[in-house]
Amino acid sequence: MSEAAIPAPPRAGLSREGWTNLVLLALLGGAGVLFAAMDEPFFVNLASRVAILAMAGVGLNLALGYGGMVSFGHAAFFGLGGYVAGIAAFHAFDRSLFMGWPVAIGGTDAMPAIWPIAMGVSALAALAIGALSLRTSGVYFIMITLAFAQMIYYFAISWPAYGGEDGLSIYVRNSFPGVDVYDPLQFFALCFGALLVALGVTARLTAARFGAALAMARLNETRLATAGIRPFPVRLAAFVISAAITGWAGALFADLNGFVSPTMLSWPMSGELIVFCILGGVGRLCGPVAGAAAFVLLEHFVGGVTERWQLVLGLILLGAVLFARGGIVGALAGRARHD
Amino acid sequence: MTDALAVEGLVKRFGGLTATDGVSLTLRPGEIHALIGPNGAGKSTLIGQIAGTIRPDAGRVMLAGEDVTRLDAAARARRGLGRSFQVSSLAGPLSARRNVMVAVQGREGRVFGFWTPVRRDRALVGPAEAALARVGLAGRADVPAAELSHGERRLLEVACALALKPRALLLDEPMAGLGAEGTEALGSLLDELRTEAPILLVEHDMDAVFRLADRISVLVYGRIIASGSADAIRGDPEVRAAYLGDAA
Repeated sequence: MSEAAIPAPPRAGLSREGWTNLVLLALLGGAGVLFAAMDEPFFVNLASRVAILAMAGVGLNLALGYGGMVSFGHAAFFGLGGYVAGIAAFHAFDRSLFMGWPVAIGGTDAMPAIWPIAMGVSALAALAIGALSLRTSGVYFIMITLAFAQMIYYFAISWPAYGGEDGLSIYVRNSFPGVDVYDPLQFFALCFGALLVALGVTARLTAARFGAALAMARLNETRLATAGIRPFPVRLAAFVISAAITGWAGALFADLNGFVSPTMLSWPMSGELIVFCILGGVGRLCGPVAGAAAFVLLEHFVGGVTERWQLVLGLILLGAVLFARGGIVGALAGRARHD
Repeated sequence: MTDALAVEGLVKRFGGLTATDGVSLTLRPGEIHALIGPNGAGKSTLIGQIAGTIRPDAGRVMLAGEDVTRLDAAARARRGLGRSFQVSSLAGPLSARRNVMVAVQGREGRVFGFWTPVRRDRALVGPAEAALARVGLAGRADVPAAELSHGERRLLEVACALALKPRALLLDEPMAGLGAEGTEALGSLLDELRTEAPILLVEHDMDAVFRLADRISVLVYGRIIASGSADAIRGDPEVRAAYLGDAA
């Protein structure tokens, strides 16, 4: 890991990384607006896709980058968020009940209701998965998070009520008060706004006491315990918050596609989320934004030329790992600073 | 007066090897108690059991009269047991100040602050800088721990332990690898510190040990073979035979 080693020079205003982040976000936001002005809904939706995947990556980055927990199971939370949106829409559409006992719970098509549920379900799953997985570390942690995600994946495949292997269509996109969700620009604005909230929360958390303890849990867990702080609860809290953010992104992803299927829960999805972080910059605030943007651009443009676009992705990833450990943000903003 | 730290009948076996064989010792308020012994005597295993990173097979560890044998290292630290490591254990990429701030955070017990940035948190920065000033690292607060000299890292470890406002200190070879000047400086610091928190000092530098320690215990093959004042230890024939050789 290319951890820093430069003393922080005193400076006013934005740091180089601050500027990099601002430019990255301005590019993404600008792209959405520009394509809308050019009446290119396809590309506006592509920008929405970037924003949502970036957000899922921002969630993973809290565990992977800031906490040093290499979760190979974050697709579980992404997919759970997606299924919450899908199942809520399904019951809202045919006015049926999700459950009738002990309390009657029906569907809803209101995003402000769906998002907290998506976050809550993902967080609960992460609490259970994390409580068990975080007793291990290294390769074992990677494998056990993968195993849990696969369990949820196979459960989704074999549960016919919500489409099983075929997935579940969302016939009417979930709604948000005051927003025309079928207008690509307005939907993009929702996604971009959610991404900004996720980034803001991450920035605050990681700069606060919790973040200081989390950084120490990653860098030197013995030192943390010697300071009187148990590493386990700190890691678990980070894992749960990380999953909640990824779950929120999952709910948006389902609405973007109008469809949710077990693919969202599959291990290649977990791998893609890790790729966003590594490509963009592990443990850098906007790393996953840069990573997801690069990924989607490659997928679209190189994927348009050849089906083997992932070969190009692989080479780029190899280059990033071997020669540019800080990823895209690292290349643009230099090594991470710790004041 | 209650002992700041008391170890009673501690036993630790690794397979057939008894690394700690019925060790009892105390740390009284205001004293430096040195623990010496040849390599492989089981000093680090003993320190690990006192600090809570190694679980003993038998015996008790009492901190200010409270039985902490079943508590983990973090819980013992919160109760005022400060520790430095034989091999510096710091977060290299973080500044010296940040390293100490985590210790202050642990002492304050407010771990889960989710909103206020720590660099603007006076309750953390103030005590951290005071601890750094105490060991003479005030001017190096912004330097990442990895870029400090070996001697400065040893001092930073002591600053981290001090930031806990400890009731007892475990220092595992704090002077290892320090030059003559560094040993001198750290020696006078420890000399002052003993009144704030008694120190259990593991050290190989015999000059420092005999100069600083109020009491010395000699650990050989997991047993304490002698314990007493510097003069008593210097004159003990068993100790001379087992450990000091002709050097003392």
